[in-house]
Amino acid sequence: MQVPILKQGAYLIATVQSALTDEDLKQLRDALVGQVSKVRARGVIVDVTALDVIDSFATRTLRDVAHMIRLRGAETVIVGIQPEVAFSMVKLGLTLAGVSTSLDLEEGLAYLNRKG
Amino acid sequence: MSNTQELATATEARLETTASRLRELVSHLRQQRAQLREEWARLITEAKLLTAMTKEEIFAEATSVYDNYVEALETGTYEALQAYARNLSERVIPRGVETHEVVGIVLLLRDVLARSLFAKYREDFNKLNRILDAYEPAANRIAATVAVGFVQERERIIREQQEAIRELSTPVLQVRERLLILPIIGVIDPQRARQLTEQLLRGIRTNRAKVVVLDITGVPYIDSPVANHLVQTVEAARLLGAIVIVTGLSPEIAQTLVNIGVDLGKMNTVGDLQGGIEEAERLLGYKVVPVSETAAQPA
Repeated sequence: MQVPILKQGAYLIATVQSALTDEDLKQLRDALVGQVSKVRARGVIVDVTALDVIDSFATRTLRDVAHMIRLRGAETVIVGIQPEVAFSMVKLGLTLAGVSTSLDLEEGLAYLNRKG
Repeated sequence: MSNTQELATATEARLETTASRLRELVSHLRQQRAQLREEWARLITEAKLLTAMTKEEIFAEATSVYDNYVEALETGTYEALQAYARNLSERVIPRGVETHEVVGIVLLLRDVLARSLFAKYREDFNKLNRILDAYEPAANRIAATVAVGFVQERERIIREQQEAIRELSTPVLQVRERLLILPIIGVIDPQRARQLTEQLLRGIRTNRAKVVVLDITGVPYIDSPVANHLVQTVEAARLLGAIVIVTGLSPEIAQTLVNIGVDLGKMNTVGDLQGGIEEAERLLGYKVVPVSETAAQPA
């Protein structure tokens, strides 16, 4: 299942719509990191509201995306992590250290706007 | 006739006689109803049971218990009695009637009835024995049914109250747009810690909170599993995009947190609730200014 990536102003928005396989995640990572400079985006939002589970591979991939995009000169925000998902991630020691997170898409956009 | 058949017939005959003895017993108890009931009510008062109830109430209750008791003896089914016991418990528990009182009055009734049987059959010891054979198991079962009914009702009430306390124990309050306070008072056990996490994370989502002040001034100490849980809750809140400020840590809790090696970079702590709210307002971009100061400023 491919994740659609939309361009909204200076930002790229990727909305995950169903559970992702490891392959899908890698594809999402490559697509985001590739497109971010192509469209000269200043920020990237990954919306994971639809995910019921975020495992260690997904966490690592999301963190890699954030770090790679920073190296490419943009900011990344992960938005929409569900309360239950957040707590089970933390229990497994998956804390997305060094990655910005926001409540939802709106908050994520506000965060990127503040960052300028 | 084969042996098994003989045995079966013998068992049947025994059952038959048990039933007929119970019938005899029941008719005796029906005849003596007024007198035995009186006697029983007198014993209850004498034993200082059911002190929370008036004499009239005791008598009325005694009458209906008596009738239900005899009925259970007659029919040999305990469902009606069970329902009655539950209903009785529901009425008397709020008035402060204790378990020993309920068990006590049922045992008293058993004794009153047994005494009356002794009196009736004192001429014929064998018959008395046979009647008691039929009476005792049924009477014991009735006593057990009533006691269990009472205890179950009590437990149900306790469970309900625990539920209520639990719900009251972790309020999530919004004090400003995007700012929540969770004041925690009392000991946090693992169950409460789990509930706290759930409430906090759900509160962040439903109130779209950015900052949460978790005030634990009223918590005397926590053990390390709960401390760990607290730290995990703070991290989970960050994944939802909110900042948790923990305020009012007692020296003991500070010690526990240091002992489990908490990453202080991840924990946002402020001395007291006031400080926590001020810090939260700063993070949200609020500034509270006294009215006089704003008035003094040139327009």
